[in-house]
Amino acid sequence: MLEIKNLKARVAGNDILHGLSLAVNAGEVHAIMGPNGSGKSTLAQVIAGHEDYEVTHGSVTFKGQNLFDLEPEERAREGLFLGFQYPVEIPGVNNAYLLKTALNARRAHQGLDEIDAFEFLKTAREKMAALGMDPKFLNRGVNEGFSGGEKKRNEILQMAMLEPELAILDETDSGLDIDALKAVAQGVNALRSPDRAIVLVTHYQRLLDYIEPDFVHVLSEGRIARSGDKTLAHELEEKGYDWIREAANA
Amino acid sequence: MATESEQLESLVNRRYEHGFVTDIATDSLPPGLDENVVRAISARKNEPEWLLEWRLQAYRQWLEMDEPEWAHVHYPKIDYDAISYYSAPKSDEDRPKSLDEVDPKLLETYDKLGIPLHERARLAGVAVDAVFDSVSVTTTFKEKLSEAGVIFCSFSEAVQDHPDLVRKYLGSVVPRRDNFFAALNSAVFSDGSFVYIPKGVRCPMELSTYFRINAANTGQFERTLVVADEGSYVSYLEGCTAPMRDENQLHAAVVELVALDDAEIKYSTVQNWYPGDEQGRGGIYNFVTKRGDCRGANSKISWTQVETGSAITWKYPSCLLRGENSVGEFYSVAVTNNLQQADTGTKMIHIGRNTRSTIVSKGISAGRAQQSYRGLVRVMPQAAGARNHTQCDSLLIGKDCGAHTFPYMEIKHPSAKVEHEATTSKISANQLFYCRQRGISEEDAVNMIVNGFCKEVFKELPMEFAVEAQALLNVSLEGAVG
Repeated sequence: MLEIKNLKARVAGNDILHGLSLAVNAGEVHAIMGPNGSGKSTLAQVIAGHEDYEVTHGSVTFKGQNLFDLEPEERAREGLFLGFQYPVEIPGVNNAYLLKTALNARRAHQGLDEIDAFEFLKTAREKMAALGMDPKFLNRGVNEGFSGGEKKRNEILQMAMLEPELAILDETDSGLDIDALKAVAQGVNALRSPDRAIVLVTHYQRLLDYIEPDFVHVLSEGRIARSGDKTLAHELEEKGYDWIREAANA
Repeated sequence: MATESEQLESLVNRRYEHGFVTDIATDSLPPGLDENVVRAISARKNEPEWLLEWRLQAYRQWLEMDEPEWAHVHYPKIDYDAISYYSAPKSDEDRPKSLDEVDPKLLETYDKLGIPLHERARLAGVAVDAVFDSVSVTTTFKEKLSEAGVIFCSFSEAVQDHPDLVRKYLGSVVPRRDNFFAALNSAVFSDGSFVYIPKGVRCPMELSTYFRINAANTGQFERTLVVADEGSYVSYLEGCTAPMRDENQLHAAVVELVALDDAEIKYSTVQNWYPGDEQGRGGIYNFVTKRGDCRGANSKISWTQVETGSAITWKYPSCLLRGENSVGEFYSVAVTNNLQQADTGTKMIHIGRNTRSTIVSKGISAGRAQQSYRGLVRVMPQAAGARNHTQCDSLLIGKDCGAHTFPYMEIKHPSAKVEHEATTSKISANQLFYCRQRGISEEDAVNMIVNGFCKEVFKELPMEFAVEAQALLNVSLEGAVG
């Protein structure tokens, strides 16, 4: 699904990723953990194609294609989804309208007809109910005046509607209360399938109590310092990130 | 897409330059303006003596006036002696013979805007009788209007057929000496539209310049007069969304609306004159005076405008709220891209008691364009209970454009309630990236954000017009980002 080889990247003149390699297969859930500044969000932004991030070395393929040959919107239509750490507000643009436009862009790419308006509303309302979202959010401006938790739920709603093949969730758990965290986890778990892969970028182990990862990777100074199964997350919780840093430097 | 819009503009520009080198047809007057020119225009139109006199007085007043310089626009001095003030329609030999001779890029724009086939020919200036398709439409609708007693004809026809009405109302809202451009228009106006809705009649259809017979050549000094008698209602649509080419660079139109007791006029405009190329060359100067007079009690005048064209726009559709409980509204979307300049807004003059006005202005600037909102709310000493709400929002695309707001308020009655809200926002790179990450192209994302921004104004437009206006905005901002 996703294959990253020796990736180096920089932003605003600072080298952040120093040769990162990672392979994610269909059906897998990966958690990428690490201290602040280790390059977690940079990795997510580079994969999504944010223009502020410059790739200086290495390769990334997505479903066998060179990811860097694709524009951000093409990556999205191919089934790559990024749940943003800080979802942006777009005042005046109706949330349902954005959702439907996005969905139809993906469907057009897949050779499907535009979604029927009734079918769209029905599906959206069902998914919102599952996420504990008031259907009124459909008719508000995109993220306009949403609380932090509401913005994150809205990200998960978009993901649920778009049914991506690869979802990268960047610190989706940060700032969530326990109810929101559970709702988000439920949304992610509902998407788990043998055809899809999920990458959770997170600072804390807490999210992994609700979404059980197949693999856990610890990022340190722009590289994967250690990989393991879910027990690695618990170990980190106990010993802290310094333990990894010391082990990496040893 | 940037290259496409460049190509489009260069094409329009080329056609435009071509327009400047036409031979002066025998029926045109040589450039320059004096009393003989005014007399000649009036004579050619076979006008009554009083109208000639009216024009001459306007001309004399114009001579003593100076071109206004207070607007936030810049352009080289206009040489009024270099303009020909009367030119007959271009002869067929100068025009394209069929759509095959028209540049495909222009046709592509028409296609994007969904302009019906038979209209494309007229817009592109094709000489053949493709236009005749609309004649049957015109006939049926003329019959329907005359059954209702509605008069809708060209200004010249009205002067011949309804001289008393014209004489009673012409210049009663915009006096000849109102301003420099209005005086010029009063002296040399070429043609335009005349509408009269009799007492108690609700006009059975939207009146559109689109269908008016002889609409093809109203010239650069257009004159429009709409009178809604007691208890009547009319919705009037002006302009169309397709890019309009014209050989004349200076346009100085005057529009006067009169609403008597309990009457309502809804006046919607989509203005899309050629804006000039990316260097700002060759675009139309659109210096328009539009004013509505809520003369009767409980009357209402509502202006809705979508302005995307012209190199320079100078335009302030206004309402004189004389009648008690009368209502004035102004809803505007103005788009400026590349080097376009617009200084536009409105004036709400509260004279009667309990008069109300609403102003919603949405300005969008892209490229290196400069846009100003200039609004005046004046509450006269006798206007007890007057209320106004003004909302003025600017959206900037890119970093080289500008938006300016000049709200003026003159309140002379203590009971007045006047509110003003203003915002300026920018389409951010993060908003665009967010949309792109959801699979929406940058251009669609811009359109989505812009249309969201304009929603409040679009909903005031007649349904069909609103759809066209939305498409027009998308085309106007093509290549604005990136």
